[in-house]
Amino acid sequence: MDHLDELESKSIYIIREAYKKFRKIAMLWSIGKDSTVLIWLAKKAFFGNVPFPVVYIDTGKHFKEMYDFRDECVKKWDLNLIVSDNIDESDKKGISPEDKLDCCTARKTDALKKTIDKYKFEALLLGIRRDEHGIRAKERIFSPRNKDFRWDYKNQAPELWDQYKSQKESEQHLRIHPLLEWTEIDVWKYVKRENLPVNSLYFAKKRDGKMVRYRSLGCVPCTSPMPSKATNVDEIIKEIRESKIAERSGRAQDKEEAQAMQKLRALGYM
Amino acid sequence: MEKENLRFVIVGHVDHGKSTLIGRLFYDTDSLPEGKIEEIKQICESLGKDIEFGYVMDHLAEERDQGVTIDTAQTFFRTDKREYTIIDAPGHVEFIKNMITGASQAEAAILIVDANEGVKEQTRRHSYILKMLGLKQVIVTINKMDLVDYSKDRFNEVKKELIEFLDKLNIKPSYIIPISAKEGDFIAKKTENLKWFDGPTVLDALDSFSKEESLIDRPTRFAVQDVYKFDERINAGMVLSGLIKENDEILVLPSKETTKVKEIKEWLKAPKEAEAGKSIGIVTEDGLFLDRGCILTHKDEEQPKITSAVKGHLFWLDREPYKKGERVLFKLSSQEIMGELEKIERVIDSSTLETLREDADEIKNREVADVIIKLSSDVVFEDFNDIPTLGRFVLERQDTCAGGIITEIGGKTNVI
Repeated sequence: MDHLDELESKSIYIIREAYKKFRKIAMLWSIGKDSTVLIWLAKKAFFGNVPFPVVYIDTGKHFKEMYDFRDECVKKWDLNLIVSDNIDESDKKGISPEDKLDCCTARKTDALKKTIDKYKFEALLLGIRRDEHGIRAKERIFSPRNKDFRWDYKNQAPELWDQYKSQKESEQHLRIHPLLEWTEIDVWKYVKRENLPVNSLYFAKKRDGKMVRYRSLGCVPCTSPMPSKATNVDEIIKEIRESKIAERSGRAQDKEEAQAMQKLRALGYM
Repeated sequence: MEKENLRFVIVGHVDHGKSTLIGRLFYDTDSLPEGKIEEIKQICESLGKDIEFGYVMDHLAEERDQGVTIDTAQTFFRTDKREYTIIDAPGHVEFIKNMITGASQAEAAILIVDANEGVKEQTRRHSYILKMLGLKQVIVTINKMDLVDYSKDRFNEVKKELIEFLDKLNIKPSYIIPISAKEGDFIAKKTENLKWFDGPTVLDALDSFSKEESLIDRPTRFAVQDVYKFDERINAGMVLSGLIKENDEILVLPSKETTKVKEIKEWLKAPKEAEAGKSIGIVTEDGLFLDRGCILTHKDEEQPKITSAVKGHLFWLDREPYKKGERVLFKLSSQEIMGELEKIERVIDSSTLETLREDADEIKNREVADVIIKLSSDVVFEDFNDIPTLGRFVLERQDTCAGGIITEIGGKTNVI
């Protein structure tokens, strides 16, 4: 078994553990490359079925290409899609992308809160990875959130080998992170190996007169492309290997202030 | 060809320089993203400090303010030889559960000791944990050599003190290297400051380590995680060791029923066999009713042990002590069985190795104990050294509260 085989088998193991422990479970799908890999792994874990809903949080600010890609995958993979949003309330309150922390919290975190309340999900599978951000590097694979969605990062329970915790009463839901050990390059190598569909935003093309591509996808106002000539997956892998630019450097909410990601995540952000 | 990936953990006493060493490894292998050093410089200036390489890993605001790692984290870098996952582990006694969490995922370890301070409480406790987790590939680094004028005598003193302790644990480090993580001596390059030392740099030492060997040549074990009833009954799980093939005659443990592998299932594939480490599904010939926790083996191979009372050695990881009579969930691979500690034979201080109590009534946070665990039904297990997953266990009070290994296997005792 090579490194990708190992990562795949471990992630499938985690997804199956999660489903065994929580039948009220859903998978969060951002339409990005990571959570799309996660759906693929779920299909492998359950022999072609995805036995739980896939939740997409619509901020109302996403790229058109993301909505198109979503609909294409839902059809092709026969997914049970739940669209979760807090657009009306956010708009009514006049929350704009200018206030990044408030905007992410209202449009993403609060939308997710509503959906969890409605469906009573006990656990959510998410495609975050440790190499994306130093705060995500601190995560456990099974990571509890309380009723206010708080992440008690100062007092995380031990997690030994491949043994994962159960849910306590004080824990409103568990976040489960099967891709935590994957790196950005692993994800792209896997996309290539499994021949997975890729959103066209990831590929370089002339946008506003410059050859650019999106390395990480989010909302239109807060996501910028980077200069790139990579027009296929092979070229993306080569580019990342040689690049010294952080993956989420095009994501404005991470950089608002030094500890923005920690604050967002403590409030329940993904 | 895919480059292999090796996971190693950096352990040692608080402030002996673990996070700084990681920052230095990154800096010297040119693995830091653009702007990272500038970002760290800015944060350090705003806090009125000199540049701290430790900030590469210490991302929580509390960690940066206090200059202490709170939780374990992982990061990645590569050399010409392979890719590495570095696991940073906190050195403060309060966060020992986070240190074990990190170390339990590692294949190799770097133990770091401050040349000025020498062996301290967490140096010893972390060494003990490495031993308990079965980590055999260990590099010792004597750090902050710049603060002792790169003195060979001081290096030898600390080395001697440490080796005396490691000998008691039967840990034989592969290398003992003098370094300065802050100044960059002997991390990626040999320097004039330490010209009296003729050993390898930390990076060369790491590159000399090998991946954990595959368990494909061991007897076959398959742990059932769950049973799905889609079109047919599929037993989902992982091959823990060996190789399982279509038409294999198999034994279901602990019930000892026999059956045959009708089909090995993988989505979009039709494999005839599956090797150790693979997550697959198995359809049996006669639709035998299996459940989570069943362990499948080859009928004609050496069998694991089965018992309802196991002798183990455990590390207690909860603030709330264990008191005799309490029932906890015993978890070993996919087996989950209620049980209690029937006897607490000996309680040990995990740093001094002193025996604290014999035939005890309780185990407190961070204490280590030899115990006999009485289970409400049979468990399938074997020697940790042969098939690790079937030789180690955790105890759970919803959160994991202890981790340990089984010490007596069919009359044979594994000394920890």
